[in-house]
Amino acid sequence: MSHHPKGKLRTDLNPSRLLTFKIDDRDVSAREDESILEVARQNGIAIPTLCHLDGLSERGACRLCIVEVRGVAKLLPSCVTFPRQDMEVITNSERVVNYRKKILELLFTERNHVCSVCVSNGHCELQNLSVELGVTHVRYNYLYPEHAVDASHSRFSVDHNRCVLCLRCVRVCDEIEGAHTWDIMGRGITSKVITDLNQPWGTAETCTGCGKCVQVCPTGALSEKGKSVAEMIKRRQFLPYLQMMRGRQEESWQK
Amino acid sequence: MGKTLTIEPISRIEGHGMITVTLEDDGSVSDAKFHVTQFRGFEKLCEGRPYYEMPSITERICGICPISHSLASGKACDAILGVHPPETAILLRRLLNCGEYIQSHALSFFYLSSPDLLLGMDAEPAKRNIVGIIEAHPEIARDGIRLRKIGQQIIEFISGKRIHPAWVVPGGVNAPLSAEHRDAMLQMIPEALAIITRTLTMFKKSLENYREEIATFANFPTLFMGMVDADGNLEHVYGKLRIIDAKGHIVVDNIDPADYQNYLGEAAENWTYLKAPYYKPLGYPEGIYRVGPAARLNVCNGCGTPLADQEWAEFRSLERGPVMSSFFNHYARLIEILFSIETMEKILADPALLSLRVRAIAQPNFLEGTGCVEAPRGTLIHHYRVDENGLMTWANLIVATGNNNLAMNRGVLQVAKRFISGSEEISEGALNRLEAVIRAFDPCLSCSTHALGQMPLLIEFRQVDGKLIRTLQRG
Repeated sequence: MSHHPKGKLRTDLNPSRLLTFKIDDRDVSAREDESILEVARQNGIAIPTLCHLDGLSERGACRLCIVEVRGVAKLLPSCVTFPRQDMEVITNSERVVNYRKKILELLFTERNHVCSVCVSNGHCELQNLSVELGVTHVRYNYLYPEHAVDASHSRFSVDHNRCVLCLRCVRVCDEIEGAHTWDIMGRGITSKVITDLNQPWGTAETCTGCGKCVQVCPTGALSEKGKSVAEMIKRRQFLPYLQMMRGRQEESWQK
Repeated sequence: MGKTLTIEPISRIEGHGMITVTLEDDGSVSDAKFHVTQFRGFEKLCEGRPYYEMPSITERICGICPISHSLASGKACDAILGVHPPETAILLRRLLNCGEYIQSHALSFFYLSSPDLLLGMDAEPAKRNIVGIIEAHPEIARDGIRLRKIGQQIIEFISGKRIHPAWVVPGGVNAPLSAEHRDAMLQMIPEALAIITRTLTMFKKSLENYREEIATFANFPTLFMGMVDADGNLEHVYGKLRIIDAKGHIVVDNIDPADYQNYLGEAAENWTYLKAPYYKPLGYPEGIYRVGPAARLNVCNGCGTPLADQEWAEFRSLERGPVMSSFFNHYARLIEILFSIETMEKILADPALLSLRVRAIAQPNFLEGTGCVEAPRGTLIHHYRVDENGLMTWANLIVATGNNNLAMNRGVLQVAKRFISGSEEISEGALNRLEAVIRAFDPCLSCSTHALGQMPLLIEFRQVDGKLIRTLQRG
């Protein structure tokens, strides 16, 4: 599937083409620069996502939004895949659902997710997805990595045990706040989000302390200090407004 | 060649334990021990976690007394913050504790111990459980189930959840109480009072059936420790500790729980995972002391509520000084249920109860904090140290059951010596009494609530060199 160079198109000279295709046997129409995920959601077709967040650039990191496309052997992430005329997309085949479950289970094995004592218990996207997809058990061995909590920031803490590497914090810090305090280090399973040059958050000079990273984090990895179990309810509705008010249309960071 | 008699697991208690009895060649008892065979490791696993997670982490120690752990933990966190929770939060915490006492004591008395008490220590093992009680005494079983439910409902009305509510937080509690829930609790009081009054009358009448058990269930002089309020009356949540001797004289009074280490030492033995705290000035193991329902009624000057005070006076008239037999813990549990219902009624009448100010907010201001409450099973101490960022660096927990470790061991030996002697055939009733003396302490060896009914009991007869002679299995 080609990724359209969205930012480079002048819509006045090159009006988006409209095309029609099928999602789950339903005829849908879309602009060619809309992802399959966007079109599905416009049509009330649910596709689970974790790293996607309205108001942030797409990352395609979590792979939970995978869909089947007839004639394509691979499963494709619908958030970064764009439709083509007459394409047939299946969002909920047994194969797709099984893979989504496996992805979730693997996320659970990679870190130490303990809902019962988590600040985000009951308000956690990872937890909600597990309920939604019916993940009741994890078939793989837990890795029990050793991760310390960084509570050096005066107001926030990061608990890597609960991080799913969705990189929303990295994106919101860069794209909305413009601080780019967060980044990622390491490769594969040893990847880890870091602040500034992998230093304690409290010593990160670029951090403005705005807390957007905390609000967009889907789990309890980033939280406000002093919150007890289940008390961390995240507010994300500000994102699209901020994006609009700051005049940073998506072109500016998608070049 | 002597033998060792092993009872594992001990049934109808919370958690996993084992009793071993060492027999001489002539069949007489030379030693008996109560082993706790499971290891939890909470003190270690919480290292590196933020202090404010501690109430909910330690709640998970137990499914029966999570409230006690959250209260002790919450108080330790208050000390780390250096705050005094708002008055309403203190009222609500005390109210929550009443619900816990009602449900936990009801569990111990009706579900776990009433089969021994109502059907008899020698009753057929297959019947000697809560199901047997339902068959033989349906009205008592119904009372027990109802009373426990009331306790659980109170917890739910206050905290939103019956088990592990995560409602006690550093600095107070996380949600105020609604008027509807207060009224719903008030409505349950008459029924709860009626049940406990009936049960007390029934139990007192039956006391003379247990003369042998009263005489041998950890009936020996020890120190007693418990919490009292400023007037020396019974208090479960906000009070100071008092230690009395076997004659009833106050040894130390007004102990700030934060100073517990000046008075309590902690010993470890290689045959059990349960540590053995002792009264430091007397050393180990001479510093044996007991905590729990009977100990609390022994140390206090009274209950401070009218009905419970009457019962307390009657209880204390059992003996000239402190009540020595741990068998009377069953009795004391019922009195404490009554006390909790009356306390609840008093708190519910307080107009400050519905205030919305229920939490003091602060950053950690101290690097160390201790919290102490009376759990249903006895004095519970949580002691934490944190680093500058509020991450736990060290924790020490003295859990109620641990305080009674030395006494439980001596109690098992006392029962073994009385009921096992000389003869080759050891009756099932004698083995049950070995377990029953442990049940009298209602130990919470872990956090399991699935001890209801009949658990399998394996008895191994071994020679002193460990060779298995004979195995008996039940269940």
